[in-house]
Amino acid sequence: MSINASGWRPERPEAGTATAPTFTGNKALMLEEPLIFEIGDTETTGVDFTGTPVEHATEMPARSYLGGLDRSATIGLPGLSEPEAVRHYTRLSRQNYAIDLGLFPLGSCTMKHNPRLNEKMARLPGFADIHPLAPVDTVQGALEVIHQLAHWLVTLTGMHSVAMSPKAGAHGELCGILAIRAALEARGEGHRKVILVPESAHGTNPATAAFAGYAVEDIPATSEGRVDLAALTARLGPDVAGVMITNPNTCGLFERDMRAISDAVHAAGGLVYCDGANFNAIVGRVRPGDLGIDAMHINLHKTFSTPHGGGGPGSGPVVFSEALAPYAPLPFVEKTADGFRLVEEETAEEHHAGSFGRMVAFQGQMGMFTRALTYILSHGADGLRQVAEDAVLNANYILRSLDSTLDAPFGASGPCMHEALFSDSNLAEGFSTIDVAKGLIDEGYHPMTMYFPLVVHGAMLVEPTETESKAALDQFIGALRSVAERAKAGDVALKSAPHFAPRSRLDETLAARKPVLVWKDADLAQAAE
Amino acid sequence: MRYLPLTDTDRQAMLAVIGADSIDDLFIDVPEVARLDGPIHGLPLHASELAVERHMSALARKNIAAGDGPFFLGCGAYRHHVPASVDHLIQRGEFLTAYTPYQPEIAQGTLQMLFEFQTQVARLLGTDVANASMYDGSTACWEAIGMARRVTKRGKAILSSGLHPHYVSVAKTMAKFTGDLLETNTPTLSAGTDIDALIAAIDTDTSCVVVQYPDILGRIADLARLAAACHAKKALLVAVVTEPVALGALKSPGEMDADIVVGEGQSIGVGLQFGGPYVGLFGCKEKYVRQMPGRLCGETLDADGRRGFVLTLSTREQHIRREKATSNICTNSGLCALAFSVHMTLLGEKGLRELAMVNHGAAAAAAERLAMVPGVELINTSFFNEFTLRLSQEARPIVRSLAENGILAGVSLGRLYPGEESLANGLVVAVTETTTAQDVAALADALEEALA
Repeated sequence: MSINASGWRPERPEAGTATAPTFTGNKALMLEEPLIFEIGDTETTGVDFTGTPVEHATEMPARSYLGGLDRSATIGLPGLSEPEAVRHYTRLSRQNYAIDLGLFPLGSCTMKHNPRLNEKMARLPGFADIHPLAPVDTVQGALEVIHQLAHWLVTLTGMHSVAMSPKAGAHGELCGILAIRAALEARGEGHRKVILVPESAHGTNPATAAFAGYAVEDIPATSEGRVDLAALTARLGPDVAGVMITNPNTCGLFERDMRAISDAVHAAGGLVYCDGANFNAIVGRVRPGDLGIDAMHINLHKTFSTPHGGGGPGSGPVVFSEALAPYAPLPFVEKTADGFRLVEEETAEEHHAGSFGRMVAFQGQMGMFTRALTYILSHGADGLRQVAEDAVLNANYILRSLDSTLDAPFGASGPCMHEALFSDSNLAEGFSTIDVAKGLIDEGYHPMTMYFPLVVHGAMLVEPTETESKAALDQFIGALRSVAERAKAGDVALKSAPHFAPRSRLDETLAARKPVLVWKDADLAQAAE
Repeated sequence: MRYLPLTDTDRQAMLAVIGADSIDDLFIDVPEVARLDGPIHGLPLHASELAVERHMSALARKNIAAGDGPFFLGCGAYRHHVPASVDHLIQRGEFLTAYTPYQPEIAQGTLQMLFEFQTQVARLLGTDVANASMYDGSTACWEAIGMARRVTKRGKAILSSGLHPHYVSVAKTMAKFTGDLLETNTPTLSAGTDIDALIAAIDTDTSCVVVQYPDILGRIADLARLAAACHAKKALLVAVVTEPVALGALKSPGEMDADIVVGEGQSIGVGLQFGGPYVGLFGCKEKYVRQMPGRLCGETLDADGRRGFVLTLSTREQHIRREKATSNICTNSGLCALAFSVHMTLLGEKGLRELAMVNHGAAAAAAERLAMVPGVELINTSFFNEFTLRLSQEARPIVRSLAENGILAGVSLGRLYPGEESLANGLVVAVTETTTAQDVAALADALEEALA
């Protein structure tokens, strides 16, 4: 197995080569970096206001209007000069793995390439430097961006309308479930208090349903990894508000019975929420609207390539069926003869009185809308379809290249969608998914999603995305196969991996038992004890 | 299709490995009724960078940007200068294209940054601890009300009339579903805040009092008395800060004994962006940490005894607790938290205090100048960088007509409180380090003409 077409590979370091520790703790390009509290001080600053038009005002005004509440005590905020700050954060950045560095197969997160044109467009002053409460006549272009993106999302999903304001996927779930509750209450069926959720669901699903006041009941899965239609149908009844189903599901499979599930739920008076986290597998090939879904969130930071940013910001627009559209949240953008307008509390009463209300202060994640629209226009309807096809092709290629090495619990259930699921069941005694994951770190990869979905023992959920070349996939497959073989052979070195990362395994128990959540200087910490 | 590396040759070779004849074989589980044969009709096909850039730039040009002329909008989103290095650093691919640090050994950059962010936020707000960010100020405010319910096991929250009306709307929406009781009020156009009324309203059913500092009209009130009154009835004080720069000049809510302090961090590093993405700040007293929503980063050691950072106390969170989680939040505002933290590090205490003084000084000068315009009355006796004017006419049409002349005069209270006659003449004006003396003069002249 070579790591590239030419067969070139770097020399492996001699095992056991001992080197003396360095004075700095650095290892060449692997650089240690202290905290800003250890290198900065409250007298240093990297900004100045000299020459600003209000320089004269840096003196206290003739009269202070602070109401006698001036902050006198030290705040304790260290500053760095610009060169020091640039270096601090650049050094920190190098301790992160990222898509820009390599394949990032974190299942369920769709870590695809983030095009830089998106970043450039979002920074145009006409988008980046406009105020959310500016008179609508001065922000017609921004409202048009929202309107155009909304049109794409509605058309791609085959749904009736879309709420753009939710701030992330989980916020979108909340939006969908609140609309379901509002719709049921409007029909006088507020007594429906149960939401059915498959065991394999993302944790946000039950958390969301519980927040919205619902009791959550699990739906079992069949042995092939799909929702058990018979069990679901049997549980439906006058107390069931609806279901939350992820499709494609978290086992990486398309819910073949989705239409039948929707019909059964509707026949029993309930509504269907679909977790759209995995939309990347079907965009342009399948419209959720054709499957009888009433609400689905779309993670713009997954399918539509807005950056994950080390944990957000996300953006979670929710598409609605005609049945739920009247209950969608405020505000939203509407096209009129005179241009675009923003429907808020004031204007909603005319024709949107059923809205369940406002979820966020302003219009949602505009910065993500510009990026997502840029991406969508770049791909077009044909490119987006190709996105889904390549994402699914890549995942199946990984599944079939590795299913003789690792256990693929649903390998016999048909093709996977955009993620391949393996378990730890054929590893050596005492070895589990975490050992494979940490071994992959040493091979230069971010690991797959571990121990999720919960329905599979030691789950490894691998999502390559469509932005990987065949060569990149082949190298990853080689690496994962190598690590898996070591775990099957009981290679103890894996138990202490990673060996080459900036840190070895971190003690999470210690962190939780005695939480240190903010920095305290040594004297302070001692005084507190 | 420049973002797709596979060639047709690759695709054929891969299908052969899989044992499929065509890509359609991989979608065999999709019911026939839902399969699409080709690209969806009526949508454009793929386009070059140049073509897309042209399209998006044309849309951007239809907006009036804050930098295009005199600009005085605030009310929860503020225009500040962001140093060039902030945007450069957050575009480092290792930050931009990473995700939630689930694998701490290769995410120390993000984790250490979050630990620094938490500490900066806690110090700024005056709280013991802070989390790794929320979506924005309005959702952080709601989460604080929910947290107060969990801590006190009481269901009634009293919201100050000075709380941003959109924050009130968000809380009302959520309360409809959780069953929390909210007491709300509309502000009056006067210099005094409603602290006394809030104190009088606290009873033994009260989970918390929510007060904005400075409030929606820019007024500043001492929270210490209110905190004491809350604590006397075993209720919590939740303070909301929509302009964090103010805390460079003003005593922090934590110093005045607020139990939970939340805020909108947009002013530091993030930019206006038409309302999002922003970054919610969330801090509280240490004893309540296990009831906090959102991600927390904590210090620990690695197997070799070196300091490192991990996400911690995750037993509060949805991926572990599922329906019993303290919040359903997952993806938060990591990159905006980074922008906040980088900007705050560049400022440091010295820079933040100076920035705050520049803002306050400029706002004081502007308030005094505008109050001289016939038909304009300054409501506030206290403010930081934002104050409210009572005009002799309805403010909303005046804001619209000034906008036609390229002056974004401020936020009319008619926009925020539609239908409230008593507030219709109110105009909230924000002044920051980006506002020039010429901008103020232009606004004063335009108001004088419009009110004549």
